[in-house]
Amino acid sequence: MPAELTAFATPQRRPVAVPRAVATADHDAGAVLPGVRWALARDLRLALRSPTELGVELLFYVIVISLFPLAAAPQRELLTTMGPGVLWVAALLASLLSLPRLFASDYADGTLSQIALSPFPLPALVFGKVLAHWLTTGLPIAVLAPIFGLQYALDGRELSTLALALLIGTPILSLLGAIGAALTLGLRSGGSLLALLILPLYVPVLIFGAGSVDALRAGLGAGANLSLLGAGLLIGIVAAPFAAAAAVRIALD
Amino acid sequence: MMFNWFRFSSPATFYPVASAMVPWFAMFAAVFTAIGLYIGLGVAPTDAQQGDAYRIIFIHVPAAWMSMFIYLVMAGWSALGLAFNTRLSSMMAQALAPTGAVMTVIALVTGALWGRPTWGTYWAWDARMTSELVLLFLYLGIIALRQSIDDSRRADRACGLLAIVGIVNLPIIYFSVVWWNTLHQGATISLTVAPKMAAIMLTSMVVMTFAAWFYTVAVSLVRLRAIILERECGTSWVTALPELRT
Repeated sequence: MPAELTAFATPQRRPVAVPRAVATADHDAGAVLPGVRWALARDLRLALRSPTELGVELLFYVIVISLFPLAAAPQRELLTTMGPGVLWVAALLASLLSLPRLFASDYADGTLSQIALSPFPLPALVFGKVLAHWLTTGLPIAVLAPIFGLQYALDGRELSTLALALLIGTPILSLLGAIGAALTLGLRSGGSLLALLILPLYVPVLIFGAGSVDALRAGLGAGANLSLLGAGLLIGIVAAPFAAAAAVRIALD
Repeated sequence: MMFNWFRFSSPATFYPVASAMVPWFAMFAAVFTAIGLYIGLGVAPTDAQQGDAYRIIFIHVPAAWMSMFIYLVMAGWSALGLAFNTRLSSMMAQALAPTGAVMTVIALVTGALWGRPTWGTYWAWDARMTSELVLLFLYLGIIALRQSIDDSRRADRACGLLAIVGIVNLPIIYFSVVWWNTLHQGATISLTVAPKMAAIMLTSMVVMTFAAWFYTVAVSLVRLRAIILERECGTSWVTALPELRT
């Protein structure tokens, strides 16, 4: 590990250093957790230094939710029926909108190439970034969902199911989204192309997530839907960081 | 002597092979389509419940099968391309994507046209239809991703990765009628159970499936030749091709 890679100057007010060489060899298994921790801490710090950006993303979520009752007749029954779906679609869109934040600015100023050269395994670093992305978008969305669910006249059990489903489902959105965000790095039609690539992959999450409240109402219990979401999350945690890391390497070549 | 499997992984060696294969597959496609349509439209009896409307399945079912099968083959070629770094595998995947998208559109449109007289609706948000629609979006996403990357090698690998990620949708489509008991009926044909349809109808459907399969091979090989010529246009073997020397 050459010394000049361990610390380098970045033009903006970004936390400076790429991780110090904790691991000696590439893809050392012992370097996974420090890698995750480093990327998580760095991206969290970056995100918290521009709170406006985070606020705007959350406001986008709130506004999309508020548009539906204005567009459709705001009858109580109708609102209750479509509420979980609307909250989920808004969560999908908010996640999609915030995805460029994952890699795009790092790619633009060359930080991403330095990150890819670091001694930590790239999938671990990508996972840390995804985790930071979820903590700053998915988690607030899931926490806020019950409040907006009240506007759609959902009752207590429905609200808690919805929040739980979002809590399990939104990390999957961040994990899948990382693959799309990395694939579209530096492309001409980046934003809309990202939507075309990622939204179809989000569909199963949407179906099982919004379906959990429907299943609860039908008296079936949300267990099956939540279990499927959980299974998806586990598969995503295992597989998506590797796919996203491969996509980052493709973009950097 | 061991047969070298990588011999035909070079565009230069495969190009003449593809050229030789195209007419045969095109001819088989035409013959099988003619036979299949003759049996399906002429010989097979009118269905007792659905009338003549059921005959659209001779197009619908082969197209729907091919839409899934082509995706699987495309993802397979993509995986080979990523694993062995063979250009031809990725070109093959690229050549298959438009045909897969067309098959998906055919399956969706014929399904809608059949659904109107039979189910009373063109479209229902049923599990199989929704997942087939998602499959169409996946094909379009892969095609769009390729179009927006100028460097063809980067496009190969990016599309290959996307195709492999998207493969999670295939089992969802295939088993959707088993997992969710919605509007679309379950499979009528299976390898393990005796078919629940008249033998003559089954014959027509199988013949049409072969027709769709031969058509897919013929069309994607034609497209593959075009892709090879486009990408290798600077090489000496392309400029030496007799068909380009006029």
